[in-house]
Amino acid sequence: MLDVKDIRKDFPMYSLHNNEYEAKPLHYLDNAATSFKPSVVINKINEYYNNYSANTKRSDYSLAYKIDQEFEEARKIVASFINANIDEVAFTSGATMSLNEIAYSLLYELKEGDEIILSYNEHASNVLPWYNIAKMKRCKIVFAPSDKKGVITPNNLSKVITKITKVVSLASVTNVLGVRQPIKELVKITHNNNALFVCDGAQEAPHHKIDVKDTNVDFLALSSHKMVGPTGVGLLYVKKEVQNKIWPFIYGGEMNSRFDSSLSVSLKEFPFSFEAGTQNIAGILGFAEACKYLNNIGLEEIEKHEKSLKTYAIKQLKEMKNIILYNDFNDSGIITFNVKDIHAQDVATYLSSNNVFIRSGNHCAKLLPEVLNVNSTCRASLYLYNDYSDIDALVSSLKKSGDFLDVYF
Amino acid sequence: MSTFDITNPVILREIIMDHYSNPRNKKEIDDPSFILVHMDSASCIDDIYIQVKIVNNIIKKIYWHGEGCAISTASTSIMSELVINKSVEEAKNIIHNFYNMLESKEFDHDLLDEAICFINVNRQPSRITCANISYRGLEKVFEKL
Repeated sequence: MLDVKDIRKDFPMYSLHNNEYEAKPLHYLDNAATSFKPSVVINKINEYYNNYSANTKRSDYSLAYKIDQEFEEARKIVASFINANIDEVAFTSGATMSLNEIAYSLLYELKEGDEIILSYNEHASNVLPWYNIAKMKRCKIVFAPSDKKGVITPNNLSKVITKITKVVSLASVTNVLGVRQPIKELVKITHNNNALFVCDGAQEAPHHKIDVKDTNVDFLALSSHKMVGPTGVGLLYVKKEVQNKIWPFIYGGEMNSRFDSSLSVSLKEFPFSFEAGTQNIAGILGFAEACKYLNNIGLEEIEKHEKSLKTYAIKQLKEMKNIILYNDFNDSGIITFNVKDIHAQDVATYLSSNNVFIRSGNHCAKLLPEVLNVNSTCRASLYLYNDYSDIDALVSSLKKSGDFLDVYF
Repeated sequence: MSTFDITNPVILREIIMDHYSNPRNKKEIDDPSFILVHMDSASCIDDIYIQVKIVNNIIKKIYWHGEGCAISTASTSIMSELVINKSVEEAKNIIHNFYNMLESKEFDHDLLDEAICFINVNRQPSRITCANISYRGLEKVFEKL
C-alpha cells in the first residue's frame, strides 16, 4: 500500500479541507471524472506565468528560447510516459479534443460505405465525433458486442470486422465499469483487416502504464486532468507510419509553413501541423510535471494500491443486501453500484451530505443502459490518495442510506 | 393554512415518500388532443414526459411518465394533483409561488399544499432542478397553447 498520509501532503486539496476547521474529512471518490493536483504541478504552472511568460515557436529573444526548450522537454516527458517517440505526440485540450481531431483528421481517408466499429461501453467523446463523421461521409457505425463482463473479446471483434471496416475505436479501460479491453489482440485483428485502431486511453493512463509500441495502436487520446495534471490539456498520439493518412482539423498560426493568395498552403509536419494557435503552455508544462510525479510514485504501485482498496470495498459491499454491484469482477479502481429502490442521484446527494463524493447518472456513456439494463448508476472511483477511511466512510454512509431524504430536512 | 405542520420534517418526508412510492397520474396515453412536452435535464438522469389536456383554458387532465429520482418523481406527482381543474392563469400562479418557495422568497402556503414538502430542497442546490422539472415542463406546455 502507498503511504497515503505522506501522499496527501502533496495535494493542497487535502491540506485545505482536512483541517480543524472542517467538520468532516473529505472523501473524494470521483477520480474517474477528474483528479486533485499536487503542489509540484500547480507550482510549475505558476512558474511559467511568473518567470518565463512568453509565446512558443515564434520569437527570437532569449526569454522565448527558454520556453521553447521547456515546451519541447514537456513533449519528451509526455511522449515517454506512453513510450512514444517525440514526433508522434501533439498537445490538445483533452481527450475529447484528441478524439475529435482523430475522427476529423480521417475525413479524406473515409468514404461512403466504410464501416467504423465502436462499442456500447464508449464515452460520448468516442461515439459522437464518429456519428458526425458517419453522417458527413455516409459511413456505417457498427457496434462490437461485449461479453457479460463488458469485454470486447478478440472473437467478438472478429465477428463484426470486415473488409470495409476502416476504423476500430475503443476505450482501453471503460469509464463506467472500468473494463480493461485486450487492446493488443484487438489491434492485431484490426490491422489484419487493414483498418486503423483508435484507443481512448483517458481512463487507463492515470492508473496503468500505457505502451503504444507494445499495443501497436495507431491513435491514442488521453486527458491530463484525470492524471493529477491541469484541466484543458490532453495528448494526441499518432503512430509515425499512419501520419500520412491524416489531415489537420484545426488551422491557424504555427501549423503551416507558408500560404499565398492562390490558396496554396504548405503545412508543417506532425505534431506541429496539429497544434494551431498559441498552445495551453502553462497547462502543458503542468501536464509534463504530472507525468513526472506519477512516474516517481510508480503506476504499478498506484494500481496495486487501488486494487487493494477496491477488494476491501467489494468485500464489505457484498455483505450488504441492498447493494447491487455491477463490476465487482474486475480489478479497476472503479466501483459501480446501485442501492436497491433508491435512485442513483438520491444516493449521491445523500453521500455528499457525509462528505463522500461520488458520481451518479449515466457517466456520459449513454449507450450502456442498452446492455446494462439500468439507466443510472453510482460510481466511486479511486486514486493514489484514497485510503481505507474513504472506503469506510462510503460503506458506513451506504448502510444508513435508507434515510436518504434526511438531507432535505 | 395548510392542513399539515410544515415545520415537522417527518410529515414532509412522508409526503415525498408517499408520492415517490405511489406516484399519481403516472401513465402514458396516446391521444393527440393532449399537449406533450419532454423534459430531460442535461445534467442528470431525469427524463420526464408530461401530457396535458386543456379545454377552455382549464387543465382537464394531466398525465406524466418517464424516469426520475425521488425528488423529481414526487414533485411531478404532487404538481399533477395541484393543477388539475385549475385555469392556466391559476396554474401559472402556482408555478410562480413554487419557484418563490425554492428561492426562499414569500409564497402562498395554501396554494402549494403538499408541494411545501420541498421547502428545504435548496439545501442541496444541485437538486433544485429535480424539484422544479415538472413546473418548467408545464410552462413549456403553456407556451404551446
